[in-house]
Amino acid sequence: MSMETHNYKDLKQEINITPELMTRINELISHYPEDKRKSALIPVLHEVQDAHDNWLSYELQDKVAEILGILPVEVYEVVSFYTMFNRRPVGKYMFEFCQTSCCATRGVENLMDYTCEKLGVKVGETTSDGLFEVRGVECLGACGYAPMLQLGDFYHENLTKEKIDQLIDDCKTGKVTLLDK
Amino acid sequence: MKVTIDGQSIEVEPGTTILQAARMIGGESVPPAMCYYSKLEKTGGKCRCCLVEVTKGSDANPTPMPKLVASCVTGVMDGMEVNSKNSTRVEEARKSVTEFLLINHPLDCPVCDQAGECDLQNLSFEHGKSETRYIEEKRTFEPENIGPYIQLHMNRCILCQRCVAVADQLTDKRVHGVMDRGDHANISTCISKAIDNEMSGNMIDVCPVGALTDKTFRFKSRVWFSKPYNAHRDCDKCCGKTTVWMFGNEIQRVTGRKDEFHEVEEFICNTCRFEKKEVNDWTIEGPRKFEKYSVINRNKYAVHPPKVEINTEAQILLGREQDRKKISMTNVPLENTENSKQ
Amino acid sequence: MGRKILLEKINIPGIKTYEVYRQNGGYASVEKALKQMTPDEITEEVKTSGIRGRGGAGFPVGMKWSFIDKKSGRPRHLVCNADESEPGTFKDRFLMEYIPHLLIEGMITSSYALGANLSYIYIRGEYMWVFKILERAIKEAYAAGWLGKNILGTGYDLDLHVHCGAGAYICGEETALIESLEGKRGNPRIKPPFPAVSGLWQNPTVVNNVESISAVPWIVLNSGEEYAKIGIGRSTGTKLISASGHIKNPGVYEIELGLSVEEFMNSDEYLGGMIDDRPLKALVPGGSSVPILPVNLIYKTANGDDRLMTYESLADGGFATGSAMGSGGFIVYNDTTCIVRNTWNFSRFYHHESCGQCTPCREGTGWLEKILWRIENGQGREEDIELLWSIQSKIEGNTICPLGDAASWPVAAAIRHFREEFEYHIRFPEKIKNRDHFVAEPFEKVRHLVTKQTV
Repeated sequence: MSMETHNYKDLKQEINITPELMTRINELISHYPEDKRKSALIPVLHEVQDAHDNWLSYELQDKVAEILGILPVEVYEVVSFYTMFNRRPVGKYMFEFCQTSCCATRGVENLMDYTCEKLGVKVGETTSDGLFEVRGVECLGACGYAPMLQLGDFYHENLTKEKIDQLIDDCKTGKVTLLDK
Repeated sequence: MKVTIDGQSIEVEPGTTILQAARMIGGESVPPAMCYYSKLEKTGGKCRCCLVEVTKGSDANPTPMPKLVASCVTGVMDGMEVNSKNSTRVEEARKSVTEFLLINHPLDCPVCDQAGECDLQNLSFEHGKSETRYIEEKRTFEPENIGPYIQLHMNRCILCQRCVAVADQLTDKRVHGVMDRGDHANISTCISKAIDNEMSGNMIDVCPVGALTDKTFRFKSRVWFSKPYNAHRDCDKCCGKTTVWMFGNEIQRVTGRKDEFHEVEEFICNTCRFEKKEVNDWTIEGPRKFEKYSVINRNKYAVHPPKVEINTEAQILLGREQDRKKISMTNVPLENTENSKQ
Repeated sequence: MGRKILLEKINIPGIKTYEVYRQNGGYASVEKALKQMTPDEITEEVKTSGIRGRGGAGFPVGMKWSFIDKKSGRPRHLVCNADESEPGTFKDRFLMEYIPHLLIEGMITSSYALGANLSYIYIRGEYMWVFKILERAIKEAYAAGWLGKNILGTGYDLDLHVHCGAGAYICGEETALIESLEGKRGNPRIKPPFPAVSGLWQNPTVVNNVESISAVPWIVLNSGEEYAKIGIGRSTGTKLISASGHIKNPGVYEIELGLSVEEFMNSDEYLGGMIDDRPLKALVPGGSSVPILPVNLIYKTANGDDRLMTYESLADGGFATGSAMGSGGFIVYNDTTCIVRNTWNFSRFYHHESCGQCTPCREGTGWLEKILWRIENGQGREEDIELLWSIQSKIEGNTICPLGDAASWPVAAAIRHFREEFEYHIRFPEKIKNRDHFVAEPFEKVRHLVTKQTV
């Protein structure tokens, strides 16, 4: 198994599939023919992850498998393939910097260094209070507005050091919306 | 339908693939196949070892295909002409694929239980080079325990996905699959679950390399020291027809009966494979035919032993090339290329 | 002013909403198509228009439609590819975010032409807020009777849903997209069979890019012949270009195909020239997969003709001196850019995005990245340039899907046009220690160090 799986396989998480979440899941499932429930897997995983602190333990993935009537391993395979699913607890405010060409030529690497230094973490690490995490990701489709980062469901574009400062302050004071509901 | 491969023609049924047609012809034109397995559905197309050149699409549309195609998943057309062994492009592509398969492979054949019956060894022997151009660090994975019978050694895996097809098609609830992606894709259960289905042992037989081996045979012997016999027993779970590998009077391991393309004739159950190791358990039919292309038979590595020259004085002065690389001593202190070649 | 088709109404306030969109002539193509035209007539119009797939490969849309298997009697599907992930490309997001109903209108008209009763828009997971915009817009369309059973009383039924991915570039490949839509890993399928015969759930399926589908309403309303009048030769119509990099006005532009690269780059209507006084160094005209062009091949082709924004002109000279239109991701680099670093960056991208299914791509992309990283960090060897060339040539053409080619071409083009820069990195490792090494000392100033001199 990969190092990641090795480190994450025993992590536990409180699971709570609320009635509202179940309604949303059923709505998503209804978008596909009745015998193709598996097709709803990725949209359902997004919803479930959003409702569980932005990560999916293996126990929670089993739960999703049960809801969709598929094998747990089918869920593991998908979760490990796509980069947006997290298999470990992550920082509440995850700064996902786009690192690909256009952003890189417009200075995202220096900006990431700045952010990491300011938060006292390395790329891929969570701050000790669990509030922030810095990540480098691949092209997010905002090349004309580089450099940029994704925070929750939203993009923050044309970044400068000042904007990063402001964003971190806003996160600390709870002024940043993460999910588009 | 008529198809011509390396100048040899054969009539085949519609729906036959190029690889199947080549196997009917036999001989040197048969492309190597690392991921395709005729007894398992939806295998093939992935390893790219069996690429061939289609020089004529069909009688109806004679245009050659611009790219090399995977012969295991490309159906023949009437009048199709294919070059396999005869094409330098194909030869080049097979060399490339072999090199790619080997760059991250641990090359631990001396301690690998598959050695001697490994398709990757055979492929390397035909299409590989003795030197590597890869100087980066090799990819590795964490070991994972998948139960008492099967040993998973992910570092050796070439991701043919045959074992996933076995689990899908022969067992009822698959517990392992391909995880992660890109060059970190790996075969795993993610939660170290034992793969304990009664037919799961067939994963060992279909694995072309030493990624899945028999734990009950682990480090017991090199495969070429034991002699294969066809044997059978009454089994309520499978056909009961197997090959038992004997050393003296001891049954060291039990496998399915493999044909010349290293595919089992029939799948066998775990009881036959792992639990019946007494001579009394089996009716032994007789020794198996020699496998022409196996290390066991031909002992390829010993037929033409390379000339070993030990030049003590020169070695002391030069050191071995790989050691010089390690200590960044790129320049050879003494100009003597003869000896610096390993 | 160039003619606008897709962005014609983009500046109308509130065009995002159903009411405003409808008041400004929205959904007229659905009325015309369903009431006055047969599906085959629409396909014919699209064929006549000559519009080529806007996702990157440039395959004629009408031709693709005509391949769909109508004989088997199996249900058919139209899937819109909104998994825009090609570095340099962000046009589809712009369309969907600011005029979502245009895509929905296109989906209805196109689904009708294909005889599809269940269609999907597959959007990349990172565009989550756009996913929500589309979800709301689809609800509005259902409420207004444009979707559902018996649309406009014509007896035609269509269900349309938006489906999100979760971070995988490979899902932009049509068969990987279908796999992902079926709830699986995004592994491209082995073709044949092509999706037109066996696609989503083994049913005949057409996968089209957002921009291609969004152009269909205009073609239906104004005829394919009108559309074909725009542009030059086989490059008909308008094209959205996503412009980024070191230019004054980055963003999404709709251009008539046939505009010259020079005008596009420098006129104030479009990019407005370079961002500051640093000179132009290189251009990637069609997203990261297409070959990079050095400055002398940007405005003029190798034989001295003006380079135009058309499929043909951008590809003029083949890979030796040309590039490709691709998805229209127009990335401009000035002389602060290190081509080696940028090529490494692209290679890292493809390494990260390779699905891992077939050998050459799985192993080769990682190898390319590691070597480029070494060169960029001062640990390159002279033989590494040849090695890179050899590896890329061994990946290209030997893989299941085009990602292998896409990973090879940028490396090949960089070596072809910027070999001296690679040599510089290898021979002067101490000069490239800082990642911004060409900011203070652009390559032109140090080129003499590696230029071969004949004495």
